[in-house]
Amino acid sequence: MTKHLRTALLCTAFGLASGWGAGAGGAQAATIKVGVIAPFSGPFAMVGKTFKEAIAVYQAEHGTTVGADTVEFVFKDLDQANPAQSKALAQELIVKEKVGYLAGFFFTPDALAVAPLIDEANIPAVIFNAATSAITEKSPRYVRTSFTLWQNTVPLAEHMAKQGIKKVVTAVSDYGPGIDGETAFKATFEKAGGSVVDTIRMPLKSNDFAPFMQRIKDSGAEAIYAFLPAGPTTLAFAKAFADNGLKDKGIRFFGPGDITQEPDLPALGDAALGITTTFNYSQSHDSAKNKAFLAKHKELFGSSDTVTFTSVGAYDGAHVIYTMIQKTGGKSDGAKAVDAVKGMSWESPRGPLTINPDSRHVTQTIYLRVVEKVDGKLQNVEKAAFADQPDYGYKVGK
Amino acid sequence: METLFGIAVDGVAYGMILFIISVGLSVTLGLMRVVNLAHGAFAMVGGYVASYAAQSLGLPYPAALVVAVALTVLATLPLEKLLYRRIYGHANELGQVLLTIGLTFVIVATVNYLFGPTLKRIPLPDLLLGTVSLGPKAIPTHRAFVIGMGAVTLLGLWWLLERTDFGIRLRAAVDDPAMAAALGIRTERLYMATFALGTGLAALGGVLGAELLPLEPYYAIRYIVLFLAVVAVGGAGSIFGSAAAALALGITDTAGKYLIPNFGEFFFYAALILILFRWPHGFFKGRTA
Repeated sequence: MTKHLRTALLCTAFGLASGWGAGAGGAQAATIKVGVIAPFSGPFAMVGKTFKEAIAVYQAEHGTTVGADTVEFVFKDLDQANPAQSKALAQELIVKEKVGYLAGFFFTPDALAVAPLIDEANIPAVIFNAATSAITEKSPRYVRTSFTLWQNTVPLAEHMAKQGIKKVVTAVSDYGPGIDGETAFKATFEKAGGSVVDTIRMPLKSNDFAPFMQRIKDSGAEAIYAFLPAGPTTLAFAKAFADNGLKDKGIRFFGPGDITQEPDLPALGDAALGITTTFNYSQSHDSAKNKAFLAKHKELFGSSDTVTFTSVGAYDGAHVIYTMIQKTGGKSDGAKAVDAVKGMSWESPRGPLTINPDSRHVTQTIYLRVVEKVDGKLQNVEKAAFADQPDYGYKVGK
Repeated sequence: METLFGIAVDGVAYGMILFIISVGLSVTLGLMRVVNLAHGAFAMVGGYVASYAAQSLGLPYPAALVVAVALTVLATLPLEKLLYRRIYGHANELGQVLLTIGLTFVIVATVNYLFGPTLKRIPLPDLLLGTVSLGPKAIPTHRAFVIGMGAVTLLGLWWLLERTDFGIRLRAAVDDPAMAAALGIRTERLYMATFALGTGLAALGGVLGAELLPLEPYYAIRYIVLFLAVVAVGGAGSIFGSAAAALALGITDTAGKYLIPNFGEFFFYAALILILFRWPHGFFKGRTA
């Protein structure tokens, strides 16, 4: 154990020293590398693809240079949640590739695992997705451009209470973000006068959702709040909801927007119609910036059908990194780079964004969307917008 | 009372789906003594063919089902001739596992390359949409259809293996290959036909079960434990054993999830352990024992 630690320290020290060496070159043009850790193969390969494509779109729009420096993205494949491997990849990127920035991270544990490394090497890590609130508390060098479960859930729970809904069942996948969602919903909804009649935690690996549907039916709830990670289980859940007659019984389906992400909508089919979600991005968001983003994506990759929340997470993440490089004049100093973007505001394809100086998480507009058919294609159609939503989960219970 | 009835109905429905996607594996594992870990991959190929036939070629559901089963069998027959034939028999278990898991990876990568990582669906005909009510409980029509198909498969297989000439020869070839060959039974052809039966059943299960186990390239690896569990509990090669095992596991899992959802998959695996502890060869001692 101590041997490993010593090796790690030595490696980091060596990395730092060589980093300074390169920095001493100073003003002359250099290549600044950004290491992106994400799933590029395996069941979640779609995520890596959206990251890569969004970064390519950003670079096509803004060029590959900042000042005199060239920005190069280095991609490392981490096919599933694996914190040890995440740490090893980050170390390799820092020591061998000499990256100045880390980015990506789809799963919470992978993002958490690099905290000690980025602190020792003084490198900023820009999180494109991992949505557990607690992550940014673990190191001052994390900046996050995605969303958190709290951020999406609080406005949704308030909206549901305003609709006069009194009795709700929560059904979430039994893991970090799911439990975040359940806690956030319960706290907000009960404060607004509603009651949560049952909280169901479903195993991540469930195939058959019929028993949960029966439980929801028996509880006499008017609506459900559901969260599952995007993918096959969401599909089975939404189908079971429609097939077991809950939809016909008039039970309403609410949840964070992960459950109706754009690449899954065609497979969900008409079972998805009417699902009401809150989220930070919809492909159908009506703004010039989003249209330009989608058009550029289509121009580069032939289709923009798979553009989804992970795409804008990476696109805005790239913007943050470009800004960091510009403000620090290309010098590698993580703490300074993070300070430089605190409070920064800009217009993204999803709407206006601001980096909260305390939580280093984006404050953004959260949209209320309903799945509808637009020109024969299922879309998350935006119905209302809740402006300036912070991460309500930052330092909750501290 | 109503709760118990609900659990029973949902449990039987889930169990029948488990049965229909696992029985093909019971045939290859029990009757041919091949640990075919590529079973899930064959099921997935069937599902993808049906999805492509229905969505891109516009075939109706029954036609897509037939095309999927036929094409999967046709596509895997050369594999039998080139690869599987070399790994038949007891002495070769490690070889079987290595070959079939390798084959699974190849199929996963190919499907991922050809169809992409997104979920695929097989559109259902209007007839199978909606729900049918059984007393106080409503179940999806599609699930009722799968239960019916499961029952038909169960009886059909029983008849084929126990009551036909083919079945007699097959059982003879399994019990004593050398003697069967000496009596003039063409064991090679028989094995090929049985392999085709196994992959055909896999494809059928892949298509019918697609509503519950959605199609994506990692289907082949994600659900193989489920299939193996059913076959292990049922006893390899026993058709009724597979059915009994699938129903027992389906009902246990459903009851556990309904009553104590926080325990997750606990009851499924607890049942698996207890049953195997009491009956190490499964409910019905298969022909391999």
